[in-house]
Amino acid sequence: MTRLRTFGRFWWGFIVGDDWRLAAAVGVSIGLTALLAHEGIDAWWLLPAAVALLLAESLRRASRL
Amino acid sequence: MVEALTIVLGVGVVRGWRSTLIGTAAAGIVLAALVAALGPALQQIPIDGLRLVVGALLLAFGLQWLKKAILRASGYKALHDEDAIFRQEREHAAAAGRDVRARLDWYSFTIAFKGVLLEGLEVVFIVIAFGSTQHRLGLAAAGAGAALALVVVAGAVAHAPLSRVPENTIKFAVGLMLSTFGCFWAAEGAGVRWPGHELSLLAVLGFFAAAALAFVKALQRQRRLEPV
Repeated sequence: MTRLRTFGRFWWGFIVGDDWRLAAAVGVSIGLTALLAHEGIDAWWLLPAAVALLLAESLRRASRL
Repeated sequence: MVEALTIVLGVGVVRGWRSTLIGTAAAGIVLAALVAALGPALQQIPIDGLRLVVGALLLAFGLQWLKKAILRASGYKALHDEDAIFRQEREHAAAAGRDVRARLDWYSFTIAFKGVLLEGLEVVFIVIAFGSTQHRLGLAAAGAGAALALVVVAGAVAHAPLSRVPENTIKFAVGLMLSTFGCFWAAEGAGVRWPGHELSLLAVLGFFAAAALAFVKALQRQRRLEPV
């Protein structure tokens, strides 16, 4: 169990890193993009804009720690 | 790769090269096996699904690199000091006791194995992500191999950690590239048709680069205004 937890923690740190909110919000943005594409709206601009805003918010939090 | 070289040099110089190089080679074999096993398996997945998943993972991974590079460039995070890490690695290697297993100096073997494996996993992740989505796994692996050869030759010539490599600038650029490709593939996998197709990669890269440089400037300004 401990090894499994260590393994899971390693991959979590590897992919998600120290800000799970950033990774989660990126996931939500991709989901929203897929939803709009499914409705026939080609929202190519949504993900780059969301990434820039989310990165700014993550940097704001990190610089105030 | 630069960090892995620092670890291998630190241990090898103090405790000898045989066990250190065997540990390095063992980690290299595990990493190559990962690429050989996962790469072709991923290529069996439908391309849109693959791009969505790989793009999302690459974006999350790339944003970590980019965020750390921005924090380093603006002074909120310490820059990597390869000389200091090398010194520390040598001190630890000199202080560790001698434990011989399977005719190997176990300390040298495990430190080199773990160091190369952990640092190499990032490279494997990038090789698999780019190779599988473009169906060019061999080319991606060859590119990584060429970069590895360059670092090893530079390390062998210098016989010291590559402390003059502008590591944060390279990580900044890599973070930008990973985030750009991750964003492009994730959106494409989600059903978006980019205007200009692959040409829009340049626009996304330019947009992210401009945003990242603006964040560095803003954080530098904020840091100057903070009370000491």
